Amino acid sequence: MNIALLGNPNTGKSSVFNLLTGMRQKVGNFPGITVDKKVGKIMTSGKQHSLIDFPGTYSLYPRSVDEEIVYSSLSNDKSADYPDAVIVVLDASNLERNLLFFSQVYDLQLPTIMVLNMTDLAKKRGKRYGINEIQKIFPESVIVETNARAGMGKHRILDALSKLKKRDGDKFLFDSQVSSLDDHLAQEDETKKRFDLIKKAILLIEEKKAQNDSFSNKIDRILIHRFWGYLIFTLILITIFQFVFSFASIPMDLIDGLFMNFSNWISSCMSEGPLLDLITDGIIPGIGGVIIFIPQIVILFFFISILEETGYLSRVVFIMDRLVRPIGLNGRSVVPLLSSAACAIPGIMSTRTISNWKERIITIMVAPLISCSARIPVYTLLIALVIPNKIFFGFINLQGIVLFSLYVLGVLSALFVAFILKHIITVKERGSLMLEMPEYRSPNFRNIVFVLLEKVKLFVWDAGKIILAISIILWALASYGPTDRVENAIENARLEFVEQGYTNNQIEKQIALVEFENSYIGIMGKTIEPIIKPLGYDWKIGIALITSFAAREVFVGSMATIYAIEDDGGENKPLIEKMRKSKRPNGAPVYTLASGVSLMVFYAFAMQCMATLAVVKRETKSWKWPIFQVLYMGILAYLASWITFIILS
Amino acid sequence: MKVLSEIDNGNKVIIRRIKESSLRINLLEMGFMEGKSIQVLYRAPFNGPIAFDLGDYVISLRVDEASLILVELNSEIL
Repeated sequence: MNIALLGNPNTGKSSVFNLLTGMRQKVGNFPGITVDKKVGKIMTSGKQHSLIDFPGTYSLYPRSVDEEIVYSSLSNDKSADYPDAVIVVLDASNLERNLLFFSQVYDLQLPTIMVLNMTDLAKKRGKRYGINEIQKIFPESVIVETNARAGMGKHRILDALSKLKKRDGDKFLFDSQVSSLDDHLAQEDETKKRFDLIKKAILLIEEKKAQNDSFSNKIDRILIHRFWGYLIFTLILITIFQFVFSFASIPMDLIDGLFMNFSNWISSCMSEGPLLDLITDGIIPGIGGVIIFIPQIVILFFFISILEETGYLSRVVFIMDRLVRPIGLNGRSVVPLLSSAACAIPGIMSTRTISNWKERIITIMVAPLISCSARIPVYTLLIALVIPNKIFFGFINLQGIVLFSLYVLGVLSALFVAFILKHIITVKERGSLMLEMPEYRSPNFRNIVFVLLEKVKLFVWDAGKIILAISIILWALASYGPTDRVENAIENARLEFVEQGYTNNQIEKQIALVEFENSYIGIMGKTIEPIIKPLGYDWKIGIALITSFAAREVFVGSMATIYAIEDDGGENKPLIEKMRKSKRPNGAPVYTLASGVSLMVFYAFAMQCMATLAVVKRETKSWKWPIFQVLYMGILAYLASWITFIILS
Repeated sequence: MKVLSEIDNGNKVIIRRIKESSLRINLLEMGFMEGKSIQVLYRAPFNGPIAFDLGDYVISLRVDEASLILVELNSEIL
């Protein structure tokens, strides 16, 4: 049996889902659209059922991309995800509004379970309701009470599943039928009729002692204060990023080391050949390049989900909305942009809660400008290379300032581009906020674990497959070249070096370099050299720029590959030393302050991430937006690094 | 009748009418309906969104959204 899990936002629907399915969850896609479909398995009286978690919605009629799936799945019994039964989760402390959606679903004539959740909150608010009275109003539904956050009610729901009632045509709204999506007047009419009936029903079922929760109110006075509110938010941000940047490096180094050892171990087990090269230079670094970002993603989303669970995030949206509106964003854009500091992919995916198309598209367009974790290895290497390790006033580190400035550059450019886009994109649709501010509560650890698992799965799968595929393609392009050309070049080089009296060992290294220079990727690097010369780059950097399309941090790996085969007189010097010694044909160093900073600026702006582009395509359902994004970010990157190079040299 | 966005914090009002707009159905679904008594709770800084207590839950609206709602001061409660 396919069971749909439905409910208003903030009713604890995901707690119920986690409670029922535990670890047996899978994330997939609804056919044809981009919304993630979470499906879990539940076992009851020997039978296995699929539970589909639908996005939270206030009514059957959708307001955001997310919510459309509820309407399209439920209003048409031929749709792929039309369920055999529904479980509707209601906030027991807020029956009046929750009953609107419930009654709409009830009237669809599907076997229905009403889950009255958050019973503790209802009790706290001094609310009492009569289950018998509710049952009389919805006679063909099964009613259960739960408190899913506290882990209570699982067996009651499972029990209810075996007691599902057949539908015999009972309706809450006698003449109800589902209106078409664009018929707002019919929807208004239906909604009013329902609320009138609900109001009467509430008188019968609910008893409320006047009691106001002043706790949330008091906290809110501080958290939304024009001074304290922003200060607290800033401090929280600083704390989060402190964790993301300092503490994530420990597991990241560990992962890096593990993959390196693994690669070495494989090399020692297998005989040499193209297959070994593919595994040790293509596949293993490719997978490692995906896994290495997990610590930062986990840390960032750990904090974001705590903030969300406590109810604080909606206050952030509340105080930020007015500040970001002049540049075409929505208060809801703040969290996606924040997530983009780990990785633009989960950031872009979380823009679905923005109901206004224009605000959503602007958020998606600028999200990759926020410096993501893949840029850190690039920045770190280049900063160490060209920025002197000076300390000012005893505590301000110049290298640290440069890193910080690159982040500020990312944020400022995102805001600036958003402002421009606001004037370019024109739509008639009216933006809206309409934000529910849930009561403050302590975070639920179980829910946080599930969110983290989901985000990691999403990243590993969505970004991972593309990063891995491109790593393998790039490996092939770097290992092979046009046969004639490669052979000729090797032959010529061999003759030349033998003539100059090089040792065999040196000749081998030089030949490896020549081979690389004449590989497909070497040819590509040389081809783009004239274009990137004004920015201060040579063809080797050109290669790194191309390979970075797999993921930006591939820059470091490419540099290591390029310089590994450079002659260093037999000493195994670290990469940074080799890069520092690298010279142009005229004898000047390649990496100067000007070319180094220009390269960092290029990485700050350029859209070098295929995985993000694929997600943008998926989320906007058109090639127009990812192509636009590549172009505008590319032009921005080129111009900005060109100007940087001119100023600094 | 007054516009909801012009009511000061702390006041209780009764919703009398919602101006015609594509947002009207959404406001309705969130519980902003004629005859409903609501309280203005607090405002975000810099003329930002305004939070309203709808009895069992709190919803915030932007100023231009709140200005679609016409209300009457609930003087009996005051």
